[in-house]
Amino acid sequence: MVRDLMDHKVVPIHAGTAWYYFGGITLFLIGIQLFTGILLLLYYRPTVAEAFDSVRFLMTRVDFGWLIRSIHSWSANLLIFSAFIHMFSVVFTHAYRRPRELTWLSGILLLGLMLGFGFSGYLLPWNQISYFATKVGTDVAGSTPMLGPALARFLRGGEDVGAATLTRFFDFHVILLPLITFGLLGFHLALVQKHGMHTPSGIPAEKLSHMKFFPNFFLRELIVWYGVLAVLGSLAAIFPWELGEKADPFASAPAGIRPEWYFLAQFYTLKLIPSHVWIFEGELLGLFGFGLLAVVWVMLPFWEVKPGGERRTRLATGFGVFLVCYLVVFTILGYVR
Amino acid sequence: MRAPAILLLWSASLLAAGAAAPDACITCHSALEDGKGPASSIKNDIHVAHGLSCADCHGGDRTSTDPEVAMSKAKGFKGKPGRTEIPKFCGSCHSNPDFMRKYAPRERVDQLELYQTSVHGTRLAAGDTKVATCIDCHSVHDIRAVKDSQSPVHPLHVADTCSRCHSDKDRMAPYKIPTNQYAEYKTSVHWQALTKRGDLSAPSCASCHGNHGAKPPQVESISEVCGSCHVLYAQLYGRSVHKAVFSSAGGGGGCIVCHSNHGIQQPDTRMLTGSTAVCATCHDAGTPPANTAAQMAAWIDGLDNAIKQSDAVLARAEKSGMEVSEAQVKLIEGRENLVKSRLTLHGMQPDQMRIPIDAGMEIARETRTAGESALREREVRRYGLGVSVVFIGLSILAIRVLIQRIES
Repeated sequence: MVRDLMDHKVVPIHAGTAWYYFGGITLFLIGIQLFTGILLLLYYRPTVAEAFDSVRFLMTRVDFGWLIRSIHSWSANLLIFSAFIHMFSVVFTHAYRRPRELTWLSGILLLGLMLGFGFSGYLLPWNQISYFATKVGTDVAGSTPMLGPALARFLRGGEDVGAATLTRFFDFHVILLPLITFGLLGFHLALVQKHGMHTPSGIPAEKLSHMKFFPNFFLRELIVWYGVLAVLGSLAAIFPWELGEKADPFASAPAGIRPEWYFLAQFYTLKLIPSHVWIFEGELLGLFGFGLLAVVWVMLPFWEVKPGGERRTRLATGFGVFLVCYLVVFTILGYVR
Repeated sequence: MRAPAILLLWSASLLAAGAAAPDACITCHSALEDGKGPASSIKNDIHVAHGLSCADCHGGDRTSTDPEVAMSKAKGFKGKPGRTEIPKFCGSCHSNPDFMRKYAPRERVDQLELYQTSVHGTRLAAGDTKVATCIDCHSVHDIRAVKDSQSPVHPLHVADTCSRCHSDKDRMAPYKIPTNQYAEYKTSVHWQALTKRGDLSAPSCASCHGNHGAKPPQVESISEVCGSCHVLYAQLYGRSVHKAVFSSAGGGGGCIVCHSNHGIQQPDTRMLTGSTAVCATCHDAGTPPANTAAQMAAWIDGLDNAIKQSDAVLARAEKSGMEVSEAQVKLIEGRENLVKSRLTLHGMQPDQMRIPIDAGMEIARETRTAGESALREREVRRYGLGVSVVFIGLSILAIRVLIQRIES
């Protein structure tokens, strides 16, 4: 079956062929995460007393420990960045359309899982910034209507971020999320193979050519992976991932505390919303808005097509452009303010 | 005409206050003083806050609006005490443990006793009414708790309060005492600590001279006064050869011989050697003690420089992303040794001083090596990166060639 797939799988060649590489880049970075994560596990100890010191030991005493940790941290960020590009390329080329609705849904879920990996992994070094960022993050989760307090307690393993939270986040990061991710990733890739590569509509058949996936496209993808590896190595060597200071729950929160860049747009939006809007709590309203936006985004393949089969192409593209603009502008604002 | 007006005001305030019984002293005096006398300032007074009134100090009947009754001798009216009577006037309550226990059980009750031993108290007893009494420092009628930041005896204001008299040349002229203490104090490290760092435990006038028992410390007790805060320094000084000389009559007075009294500056090794050396005031250059002082200064400067160099190397390593926090923590220990070496200097035993100097130098060396090693490691990483990128580039090139071969 694999042989058959390798012989028959083709990739369409057109102006947007480059976007196809981002799925592969994301997959490659997931592989890097898995490999470096397993190596980190050899030294990491998930307790409040030992977590920080074990990471410091890894970075200062273990040969290439600094490289493994820096690559793990940098590739986590590049992975989320690449996954975002992959998602928006799917939207702008309308690759989510029938019969690929499930591929879209599984992809969105995978992005959610990647964000979950980012959020849970951020706390693991148990340093000052990660401790307080997790406090803020779980506080936001706690503001969710109805389920909020229970959700915050579930995430923290108690009333506040502490030893139970670290154990729990470690469990999420290395067991629960990977198990779900591998299953879902397998499903996503199987769907991609089943439906083949999407060709954007509007390209005349006579102008469309194809290349064999193996070896032609695969070798090109390999070049891209090598490029990504060079970028990763450069980032790790020139800007090693900082460890900071050990978390001190009794210290005051560091000035200008903010979450990782991929949560910054939402964080900044919540900061902008007044504490009360009419009869509603501002934060609650913000969370409701995000929830609504997420539902509309996830359901894109279903509302984009009218009952008569006609497409709301402009609306879907406009929505995508709006979302990209919002994320870029608010992330920058959240960073500089 | 005045009595009906007062009665009217009193009735009005009674109505306004509802069921609360008004204090007739305040009611009447408010009407008489036009808002500038004791009746208006007393609202901020700590005694009023504790439920006491004018009559509790001055006697009389607070419930009567008739001046003849309210301020009658029969009602115990004492009126305004003369200046010489003030300490005992205040002491009638403040020296009474049973009375004070009701309002401020942790408050001391020996202020009057101490005051009577002070320069102020002894002069007052001798009939000098210009000296400070309770009200000159604590104010009168708007007396606040010491911890109240608006109190004139709050730690932040004590020096200002003392200087109101002690910086007044005319006032101090009869006593033939200098008036530059406050100006000097404002250049001192103690003033910096108190006002710039906000350290309320930093000393001001009363911390060294006493408050109620204020008196200049005697020559032999100056090191004890300084030692009440600088404990270890005083202990080492007590065992030094200087103690017998400085703390004896004509010796200059312990710590202040080198550090001065009110204008104490941040000490450094220039006090030991060079043109500004305080040692040189007694020891001629080239003599064994002057040479020892110069040697000790060189040790301290050497350790100080070594620590600064290590710090700079570690900062460079940290800035370039290297993990050097362990060495930085270790360097804190080095700085502690620098402090210890400055401390042991006061014992004037060079052998003892070498212990923290040697320990500090060893830490400075270790941490500098760690910093330099981190910087070398940074270079190795960058070199490694360069080599890796070359290999990656070659691999990419090879794949390109392979693609071209496959597709041609």
